[in-house]
Amino acid sequence: MGCVSVAPTEIEQPETIESESPAAVPEPDVPWVTLVHNDPVNLMSYVTYVFQAYFGYSKDKARKLMMDVHTKGRAVVSSGTREEMERDVQAMHGYGLWATLTQDV
Amino acid sequence: MAGHFEAVPGGGAAIALDEVEISILRSLAVQLLELIGPGDQPADGAVDPLDALFAEGPSEAPADPALARLFPDAYGEPGKAPDHQQQEYASEFRRFTENDLRAGKRENVLSMVRALDSLTAQGEGMAVLKLTPDEARQWLGALNDLRLAIGTRLDIQRDEDGEELYRLPDSDDRKPMVMAYLWLGGLQETLVETLMP
Repeated sequence: MGCVSVAPTEIEQPETIESESPAAVPEPDVPWVTLVHNDPVNLMSYVTYVFQAYFGYSKDKARKLMMDVHTKGRAVVSSGTREEMERDVQAMHGYGLWATLTQDV
Repeated sequence: MAGHFEAVPGGGAAIALDEVEISILRSLAVQLLELIGPGDQPADGAVDPLDALFAEGPSEAPADPALARLFPDAYGEPGKAPDHQQQEYASEFRRFTENDLRAGKRENVLSMVRALDSLTAQGEGMAVLKLTPDEARQWLGALNDLRLAIGTRLDIQRDEDGEELYRLPDSDDRKPMVMAYLWLGGLQETLVETLMP
């Protein structure tokens, strides 16, 4: 039987701290972002499709983000809590895009 | 329709493939399945569903470069050595996601193999493959993973590398793999067009 410790990532989230001081947390200041990095294999049309299909972005926004990835080497495609960004990064890896998450300092 | 996907009215996509194309595609798909592997299941196949549910994935990046591209680190700057915390976060992320990611990619490739196996050749060895919208999405993922794996084997690291491949002489050892890579790119490009909202 494998090690039974699936839960720790959930437990780690400091929910209690947030609920103790709800007024002190301005909601737009969530400090993690998902970055998608340029790679020479993924098709531009496919990357645009993924941004539309997964994030629900408009064609214009998806294409702009794709061009940022292509020309600048990377683009911030979403932001939120660390847990949310891990979910987005996992989804990007599922699609075969090269993504990482980082704290947006 | 030969050589490229077309949208099917009402959803889905279709393509005409000849016997050689079917067999190449199937062979590449099977190789990708072997690369992705069966996950952490025991060799005797006796998997307790509860064990599988709680099984942890690996904590280190795969040694094979193609696998490492399919399952990249979630933390750290590309081209830079990760610091201690990034390494720790990346390992933790991998333990909790890599098995699921492998399973998802395997499902996509299996969908491709099943669809190819269901084809029966018609006149002149051609067969028309019809994909439902769900199958089309699975094929899209599988085609992309195939191109990522082959692209890694061909050492395509910069945007310019891909362009150079078009100009390889026929005598180059990489030529057959390059032909497959470019052909898959055409399949994926036309398939993604049929799925664009």
